[in-house]
Amino acid sequence: MTTETLVSFAEAMARYEPVIGLETHVELGTRTKMFCGCTTRFGGEPNSQVCPVCLGLPGSLPVCNKSAIEYTIRIGLALNCGIASWCRFARKNYFYPDMPKNFQISQYDEPLCTDGYLDVTVEGKTFRVGIERVHLEEDTGKSLHVGGATGRIHGADYSLVDYNRAGIPLVEIVTKPVTGTGELAPVVAHAYVTELRDLIRSLDVSDVRMEEGSLRCDVNTSLSPKGSAKWGTRTETKNVNSLRSVERSVRFEIERQAAVLDAGARVIQETRHFHEDSATTTSGRSKEEAQDYRYFPEPDLVPVAPSAEWVEQIRAALPEAPSARRVRLQAEWALSDLDMAALRNADALDLVAETVAAGASPADARKWWLGELARRANETGTELAKLPITPVQVARVAELVAKGTLNDRLARDVLDGVLAGEGDPDSVVAARGLAVVSDDSALAAAVDEAIAAHPDVVDSIRAGNTNAVGVLIGAVMKATRRKADAVKVRALIEQRLG
Amino acid sequence: MAASDSSTELIRLTAADLSAKLAAREVSATEVTQAHLDRIADVDSRVHAFLHVAADQALAQAREVDNKRNQGEALPELAGVPIAVKDVFTTKGMPTTCGSRILDGWHPPYDATITQRLKDNGVIILGKTNMDEFAMGSSTENSAFGPSHNPWDLSKVPGGSSGGSAAAVGAYEAPLAIGTDTGGSIRQPAAVCGIVGTKPTYGGSSRYGVVAFASSLDTPGPFARTVLDAALLHEAMSGHDPMDSTSIDAPVPPVVAAAKQADVEGMRIGVVTELSGEGYQPGVMARFNEAVELLESLGAKVTEVSCPHFKYALPAYYLIAPSECSSNLARFDAMRYGLRVGDDGARDAEEVMALTREQGFGDEVKRRIILGTYALSSGYYDAYYGKAQQVRTLIIRDFDAAFAQVDVLISPATPTTAFGLGERADDPMAMYLADLCTIPSDLAGNAAISVPCGLASDDGLPVGLQVMAPAMADDRLYRVAAAAETAFAARWGQPLLAGAKGLDAA
Repeated sequence: MTTETLVSFAEAMARYEPVIGLETHVELGTRTKMFCGCTTRFGGEPNSQVCPVCLGLPGSLPVCNKSAIEYTIRIGLALNCGIASWCRFARKNYFYPDMPKNFQISQYDEPLCTDGYLDVTVEGKTFRVGIERVHLEEDTGKSLHVGGATGRIHGADYSLVDYNRAGIPLVEIVTKPVTGTGELAPVVAHAYVTELRDLIRSLDVSDVRMEEGSLRCDVNTSLSPKGSAKWGTRTETKNVNSLRSVERSVRFEIERQAAVLDAGARVIQETRHFHEDSATTTSGRSKEEAQDYRYFPEPDLVPVAPSAEWVEQIRAALPEAPSARRVRLQAEWALSDLDMAALRNADALDLVAETVAAGASPADARKWWLGELARRANETGTELAKLPITPVQVARVAELVAKGTLNDRLARDVLDGVLAGEGDPDSVVAARGLAVVSDDSALAAAVDEAIAAHPDVVDSIRAGNTNAVGVLIGAVMKATRRKADAVKVRALIEQRLG
Repeated sequence: MAASDSSTELIRLTAADLSAKLAAREVSATEVTQAHLDRIADVDSRVHAFLHVAADQALAQAREVDNKRNQGEALPELAGVPIAVKDVFTTKGMPTTCGSRILDGWHPPYDATITQRLKDNGVIILGKTNMDEFAMGSSTENSAFGPSHNPWDLSKVPGGSSGGSAAAVGAYEAPLAIGTDTGGSIRQPAAVCGIVGTKPTYGGSSRYGVVAFASSLDTPGPFARTVLDAALLHEAMSGHDPMDSTSIDAPVPPVVAAAKQADVEGMRIGVVTELSGEGYQPGVMARFNEAVELLESLGAKVTEVSCPHFKYALPAYYLIAPSECSSNLARFDAMRYGLRVGDDGARDAEEVMALTREQGFGDEVKRRIILGTYALSSGYYDAYYGKAQQVRTLIIRDFDAAFAQVDVLISPATPTTAFGLGERADDPMAMYLADLCTIPSDLAGNAAISVPCGLASDDGLPVGLQVMAPAMADDRLYRVAAAAETAFAARWGQPLLAGAKGLDAA
């Protein structure tokens, strides 16, 4: 790996104007693969989810998965694209061991969806990102190169290929060049992928998990001197595997390309690989000796011709767009922009919405998910949505607190119990004996005991030091193993001490 | 090996006759199968129609049919009748080589749809037949395992690429066979071996499990010694297959009924002007012209029809078929199955792929892969592949215009009779011309048949009459072919093939 000369981002932005473009691959969540009946389940034993078709065995033929076409149209419509009334698949020919047929069935000059847009808002400014095309193709297998320095096929001791992924339907979403973002380019890239992810998730066509590879992103970046009408040479950064990396890769490429241009050299049109650990990119294959994929219409498949009626049916069934939903929920919940952004960043919007739907107040739902539960997710390194607790359960905890059955301290214990798999909040309350002690006689006895045990504190309170009440409350809480309602305890103490 | 009289008689029977005898339990499937296995053992060392004989499996299949019949089960018409299968169809439990070293040792884990349909019909699979490598050729000389021989004259080619299947039927090693037709690979060998061969409508017979040469052209079809037998097999093997997207979801045309109808009274028959003239053997043209007169005498209205773009069919074919094959054959890369050369731990995957393909493919296959790779290259695509597709459209329009005037078109099936082994082996262009008459129907995707129409006066070898019909009008082929067959047999006093003497010597 070579060490690149960089200029600072601010300096780069003072002299250059960036143009970015994004190619996003989304693995569709269809039950079966694109051209055969194999399951698309993630994480199966290598090469256990294969058949003659997705292994490309001699004689096998593809048959199109109608759900995949429908999902792609759904994405296209949600991105405001036009849907082709007739289009074909094409073969993209190149040799690589993870491609069973040594060609990929894809789409070339006749994509299913074209010419749409997605609006993204960054720092109060809305950018309209143009969508060039949305097309459908099959995924390749997954290679694991063992040994060697680079983790790539050249120089590896040996390579293993898992074809479970081969033939999973993959949608490619290509933006038009995004201009006029200036220094916001990295943030706009991040915001676009985030918005796209939320949109696709809302369409229920993919689980869009970057860490599992069901959402993958290539980022194109170029720079031109400010005021220049001509765009610079672009690079294509691959291996960008998180939302944060999308932003960091654009930022790094801007800094690197600015240094190249400052030195009077030219940017080489090439593929670059992003490195998560160092947030840098290194040179990959040069596009100047570009491969000739010899595209031609796939003769094994008949053209796809979605009827206008079908497309309209799909359009009519589209859910509310995430951006519109956010505006609606923010108003309904009376949240500030900042609160809303926090919810979204924590990926807690759906969880909160479901918790509210289950009866909790928006404030409570937000408090539990962003507070206690976010902390636990953080501690265990899991995503919020993957915590073993449901919005309905969280709503019940909030309800128990509101009713006074639990105090916040006990509620945290209940959450512990639910997360530990001890059952619903009510079962945990019962099993752990966690209900607040609100029986006045029991409490009164505990208060009297505390007063009797702390004559000096009582004196101090009577002398006007009201803060000292805390000591007595603490003693009562300790005596009741924190099951007492603190408000009630204070009232009782004040009543006793006049 | 001397075969008994009764088994000699069994191998001479048509599939229809065998079917009747089997149904009447005059003979068992096991006896019929054994008779053909004996015949193969007797003559195939000279014919070399088979690459693999599956004796044990065939006999096991036959016993199963016999058991079912003995238990009174109603069986399909062809149950117990043996068949030879071109080695391009995948077969579970048997090798499938496509005549290529590169598939050496590959046993497919699945049956082609047609293989499965044959099994479901109780048709006994005797084995896999020789072919030009990946169906590229017109003589079987491109087989990596040596050529097959024409039963009329062992020094002649049996045609190709389905030459092994045609030779097997011509040499009475099987009453039926299946092959594939991409540019004429069923009709041309049928013609030069003096038997019947049909290229059904593209999409009428499933391609699932047929190792692809050119996907938009490959069409599986039947071989038989009679038109009715071909129709019986055509019907049994055809029909919609959900595993093949290009398969037509419509009933199989009534080919058996048409073969039985066997009349051309009132039919409008067009003679294609462009499929005659220079390059056509006089002896072939003489027999063809006789066939035209015969059909007229049977009540057909014969006219001349011009198809002006047919002259571009051959060059268009030699761009489209190689383009598709360059992509289809990319999968043979030593990574997952078949031959692997040079995997010594020192070479990387790319080198092993290259070495394997260099040693695994024969010259003709390499020639076409290179041709197709070039034709699809950026900057050349429009001039070659794109232009060839436009020509294809013009040829389809020629057919459409012709079929607006006539019910079927006819021509010689091949410009010449069987040529000598080695005669054209080093001259690809001469070899390509063998498919001159058959390619137009492949490009258009319609239906065509070759039926014997006599022996060429100049060399005494069989000549085929080609009949072409619109897509999904395959039944018309059988009406015309069966009418001609009946009339010719009456004239000759015996089936043409009875005169084949290639195996009488020795």
